[in-house]
Amino acid sequence: MADVITASGLVKRYGEKAALDGLDLTVPEGTILAMLGPNGAGKTTTVRILTTLLEPDEGTATVAGVDVRKDPSGVRALIGLSGQYAAVDEYLTGYENLDMIGRLYKLGRKQSKARARELLERFDLADAGDRVAKGYSGGMRRRLDLAGALVAQPPVLFLDEPTTGLDPRSRSGMWDVIRELVAQGTTLLLTTQYLEEADRLADDIVVVDRGRIIAQGTADSLKSQVGGERIELVVEHADQLDQARGVLAGVAVGEVAVDEHTRRLTAPVTGGGKALQEALRQLDAVGVTALDVGLRRPTLDDVFLSLTGHAAEDGEDGTDSPAPTTKAGQQ
Amino acid sequence: MTATLQPSAPAPVAAQRPSNPVVSALGDGVVIAKRNVIKIKRVPELLVFTLLSPIMFILLFAYVFGSAIPIEGINYREFLVGGIFAQTVIFGATITGAGLAEDVQKGIMDRFRSLPMSRAAVLFGRTASDVIINVITLVIMALTGLAVGWRIREGLLKALLGFAIILLFAYAISWVMAWIGLLVPSPEVVNNASFMFIFPATFIANTFVPTDGFPSALRFVANWNPVSSVTQAGREYFGNTGLPVPDVWALQHPVAYTLIWTVLILLVFVPLSVRQFKVAASR
Repeated sequence: MADVITASGLVKRYGEKAALDGLDLTVPEGTILAMLGPNGAGKTTTVRILTTLLEPDEGTATVAGVDVRKDPSGVRALIGLSGQYAAVDEYLTGYENLDMIGRLYKLGRKQSKARARELLERFDLADAGDRVAKGYSGGMRRRLDLAGALVAQPPVLFLDEPTTGLDPRSRSGMWDVIRELVAQGTTLLLTTQYLEEADRLADDIVVVDRGRIIAQGTADSLKSQVGGERIELVVEHADQLDQARGVLAGVAVGEVAVDEHTRRLTAPVTGGGKALQEALRQLDAVGVTALDVGLRRPTLDDVFLSLTGHAAEDGEDGTDSPAPTTKAGQQ
Repeated sequence: MTATLQPSAPAPVAAQRPSNPVVSALGDGVVIAKRNVIKIKRVPELLVFTLLSPIMFILLFAYVFGSAIPIEGINYREFLVGGIFAQTVIFGATITGAGLAEDVQKGIMDRFRSLPMSRAAVLFGRTASDVIINVITLVIMALTGLAVGWRIREGLLKALLGFAIILLFAYAISWVMAWIGLLVPSPEVVNNASFMFIFPATFIANTFVPTDGFPSALRFVANWNPVSSVTQAGREYFGNTGLPVPDVWALQHPVAYTLIWTVLILLVFVPLSVRQFKVAASR
């Protein structure tokens, strides 16, 4: 498969601070690459460079073989962009928004109108299509914005944090749409702060921190780097810790960590709910009372801690933020 | 959400770029202008305030100041209206700047900039639609003016020329505002920044009172102020004359002087704004 999106050695500085510091990435045709990272990591800057909104200080990038610096208008004819803040014209109706974009893509009056209706239908906005977008909910605006990016059926799509700020239902609706698009052959680069989102959607994930790629791989390989899922258990009495450790060791796939002070045990497991059920059954059998128990999946925080040694905070000094107790227990 | 798209679109629809870039840019400009006109329709408050303030100005000046400003040779109210025309359309230009700043702030500009469309079209479309607002405003003000004693004395054709030169000058000013709108971070800043500039520019002029009585330095500025010349040009076309015109080339040849300024402003600010449009980022 050919690489549809390539970036090599991208550098973008704002004064002293480097928003991008030599970033490389490739996205093969018909796949989804997720850029995962906290605010300020350089995700949006990367998208803005690849969509010709911003010029890099150094480095090269191509979209479908077209150089973003040498032929930006050639790139613009091939891409769709849905930004972090839904770029919806509030004073127009949903239909007018899409029709306007279609006309600017030179679709022609008839085709543009038909396409607008078709997309409204597809994004569950048919009923709201003739209402002014000002009254739309956050989820509706995002859907309209994404529909706007799809008006000309671009073969390459950029979605900058498509679900940030959406409620869970809107989020999973958005995921369905994105999956459908890629099933149709679209190549997609998406940025996200949520590991779960990258996990659900992406073929490949790059983890970005301070303008550089610090890890790359499938969701599974990244998660195995941070230890996968684990059971966390807080027992009622300290004297039950040993018993509980014995039970958890039976279901765990690695060493069981114990924090005596908080009476918390952490056991890496595979098999998710099944492992938890099994552990609970055995704990019950030996008479250990759980004050709190749950299955914990790695979060972006865990990935970051594991990869960088600092937490996924906005600022430069994430190191002093409290580390999750599980990590403390494991070390 | 049923999938009604054709499975995989190999050739993007937008790849067929029109052959003639000028035609295509004009088309884009029309689309953008249409969008802005829809906004006028959807936010009538905007138009109402834009219209009410000049009506208010005419009434306040005509009846409050007018009672204390006797001028020789012409009825003050007849003198006043031409000045208010000029002042109002120049104020109207801030809509251009504020609208652009709002588009940048809301990310709509990013959408436009990521489309295969003419970059200048967003600006030409915007400035064109603001001419429409100015036309509506002038019609309302002319009617108000007629009600308080303003008169057209040189025939309709000349009066139309008077309106045309006022609109033309305002169009040039809206490019200044476009540049400001793309330069500053928010619509509010556009409004504040431009008031700082527009108030003195429209008051240190012959808009509300003749410049004879000004202190000499101020009189010099006022007489060479293009706001004075556009006002004077309007008054001459409407036939609201009767006052001695200061012996200054700018006011003796108000049409030529206004056109020179209009061309100069456009030559400077159209390229500046287009360049700033490429740079303007929403964050």
